[in-house]
Amino acid sequence: MTAVAEERKGVQPHVSSRALAEMMFRFRELGIVLALVLVVGATTIDNHLFLSATNVQQVLSAASIIALLAIGETIVIITRNVDLSIGSVLGISAYATGALYVHHPHVPLALVFLLALGIGVGCGIVNGLIVTVARVPSLVVTLGTLYIIRGIDGAWAGGNQVNASMLPDSFNKIGYGTIAGVPYLGIIAIVAVAIATYAMRTFRTARDFYAIGSDPDAARVAGIPVGWRVFLAFVLSGAIAGVAGAVWLSYYGSVDAIAGDGYEFQVIAAVVVGGVAIFGGSGSVLGAALGALLLNTINSALVVVNVSSFWSQALAGGLLVGAIAFDRLIAVRVAPALRTRRRVRV
Amino acid sequence: MTTTHPEPLLSLEHAQKSFGAVHALEDGDIELFGGEVHGLVGENGAGKSTLVKILAGVHRPDGGRLVLDGEDAIFDNAKQSQAAGIAIIFQEPTLFPDLSVAENIFVGLQPLKRLRRIDGRRMRREAAAVFEQLGVRLDPDRLARGLSIADQQLVEIAKALTTNARVIVMDEPTAALAGTEVDRLFGIVESLRARGNGVLFVSHRLEEIFEISQRVTVMRDGRHVLTKPIEELTIESVIRAMVGRDMDALFPKVPTEPGPVVLEVDRLTREGVFTDVSFKVRSGEIVALAGLVGAGRTEVARAIFGIDRWDAGAVEISGRRLPPGSPTAAMRAGIGLVPEDRRQQGLVMDFSIERNIALASLDNIQRAGLIPRGAERSFAKDWALRLQLKYGKLTNPVWTLSGGNQQKAVLAKWLARKPTLLIVDEPTRGIDVGTKAEVHRLLSELATQGVAVLMISSELPEVLGMADRIVVLFEGRVMREFPRAEATEDVLMHAATGMVEEAA
Repeated sequence: MTAVAEERKGVQPHVSSRALAEMMFRFRELGIVLALVLVVGATTIDNHLFLSATNVQQVLSAASIIALLAIGETIVIITRNVDLSIGSVLGISAYATGALYVHHPHVPLALVFLLALGIGVGCGIVNGLIVTVARVPSLVVTLGTLYIIRGIDGAWAGGNQVNASMLPDSFNKIGYGTIAGVPYLGIIAIVAVAIATYAMRTFRTARDFYAIGSDPDAARVAGIPVGWRVFLAFVLSGAIAGVAGAVWLSYYGSVDAIAGDGYEFQVIAAVVVGGVAIFGGSGSVLGAALGALLLNTINSALVVVNVSSFWSQALAGGLLVGAIAFDRLIAVRVAPALRTRRRVRV
Repeated sequence: MTTTHPEPLLSLEHAQKSFGAVHALEDGDIELFGGEVHGLVGENGAGKSTLVKILAGVHRPDGGRLVLDGEDAIFDNAKQSQAAGIAIIFQEPTLFPDLSVAENIFVGLQPLKRLRRIDGRRMRREAAAVFEQLGVRLDPDRLARGLSIADQQLVEIAKALTTNARVIVMDEPTAALAGTEVDRLFGIVESLRARGNGVLFVSHRLEEIFEISQRVTVMRDGRHVLTKPIEELTIESVIRAMVGRDMDALFPKVPTEPGPVVLEVDRLTREGVFTDVSFKVRSGEIVALAGLVGAGRTEVARAIFGIDRWDAGAVEISGRRLPPGSPTAAMRAGIGLVPEDRRQQGLVMDFSIERNIALASLDNIQRAGLIPRGAERSFAKDWALRLQLKYGKLTNPVWTLSGGNQQKAVLAKWLARKPTLLIVDEPTRGIDVGTKAEVHRLLSELATQGVAVLMISSELPEVLGMADRIVVLFEGRVMREFPRAEATEDVLMHAATGMVEEAA
């Protein structure tokens, strides 16, 4: 291993600009953490209540749901696809969970989550099949299922609403409970992100996702079952959105036909701000989760310093564009180095 | 293991492959023994690439047989070819830019530890070991993005070594390499051979073939011409075998009196693509840019038309400099470009014939920013008639036309702008013989009308038959320039394969 370490020293000086770009790619997470510290610091100086336990818990819980969804979305985007249906899947799963409790108040918790998971997997299978078998671009497919699932949800729920009072306390507690001040939701998200981050680095299937997004044709030549992997990515994304639906209900306590409306864009924004390349191939679940935390923190910070919530949307948009421009800038700066044949290193 | 085995590792016999009406390979034969480097040479379109792709499992042959270790084999996909111990190193390797070097080497075959987790440490260690074995320094942890082509090839070779491939096919591996990188590659090829592997080495550079191979196979027009030990061949005899065919087509070339210089390209350079390219095209002249695939001909044309930027040098049209990277400026200066890939770049396939013809002349047709349909139609009809376009209805989508008539539609589109310089890239590729002659007649006619024509062509007879002057590119540089009278297939081929000393 020492030989390798020495080698790296020898390699760096020739490629400093590219090495820097590579660092930027790899340590995007660090940049987000830095931005997070800046936002929190500046807001706290303006209003020290920003760091109060209640506020922090609230930000963390809200970010957790987006972060959960971001795990699945990251996997899909890494394969050079996109899943726009997650908000609708979350919505119908949340309503199904509520309806289940209304009709069977004593149903065990495990069964509730199993139902949510099942609904998500079902939606994921539909998305995945249309994308891989019928070879329709995922943008179109999931835009379609976004409306279809939302339509079914609306027809089913009608004007009904399920309230927290109709839900058992054991379920509601998932939403508001804390351990040592940390909300359950935060813990769920942290554990899920940790597992996903590890898995995305460690399993062949996960590395296949990266390979497919990096160069689909090369992936096919390398013998990777591209269709199956893409299908799996959609099933995973659906499954996570399904479970997130039950989690969402436990946090917000009431559900109607528009639960989770527009979440897909919040999630995609978080994923892209978190450094996942929109055309696939690179990025991490951790980055996406941090992106979710950053966007939610900014939202909350703007409220605390009394800026209209309209601005918070504009700011999220600005960050999104900024993140993409940043990626593009790196790509453009790396391109001439790519074209130049290096004769130095032999 | 350095001696040749009596039994070949691999042999391909009478392989055939057609793409539609095009016979890419009619009789492909190759025999590769363990412990030999076998050179494969031929002109553009001789069928080398098709043969390589059959070995790679990318194409399935229509006929013939492939024998591996004495047993019949047919590959349906790349995976089967890999499993059979064949590794292909393409000129431009297809790596995953976002994965690390080590991951690229082991993609799909990563070493595993408990619970089917990837053993990252072992993967890096084995990658480092392979690089040490190859005598190169590459960091297994760095991303593949930004690796030079030479280093990308090394990653592919490393991949071949880790999968214990016995047959290694290198398709133009040196085309994109600098001198020292070629030396390094040859060292590696030699050590592969010494280990008993069979290496099939496809190259345009005959010197290299003679330097490294023990036997050489020459192909021409999709057929096997000869296979001989290197001692029995000379560069002369190989070139003769490569080009020796009948000059069948007659070219309606009309001699013209060249006028003033229209296009002047001065030391044009695009980093890593072409270098110091200078030439002139006069009014009434047809100048051919010749060279082998990958010599940078199309790239030069794209730069002149402003599709790609250049890094140094200048392009002047009738004495006025063109700004780099602006097709609009190039068009305004009177340049027309008929691209190589007409389906992708020359036509909007779903638009009607009349729309396509009028597309580059909308400035002249429009009235107050609107396009009158009637004017557009009569305009298109006029040009369709002049070019003798064969069509059903002008409102039909342009993809309903045959290949040759599609090409005429592209020509009509540009001619309608009355260009001072017309760049045509492979004007007759994939066109039937009759229409081919018509396109040639048309180009010749244009020249007599005073248009400067820059023609890129891979077909030597076309170059020799049509051009007043021929500029030969080799690896992004102008190798030689010939007036029409001095050009023969032999001298062109010499220049195109980088043989400077062989002056005519």
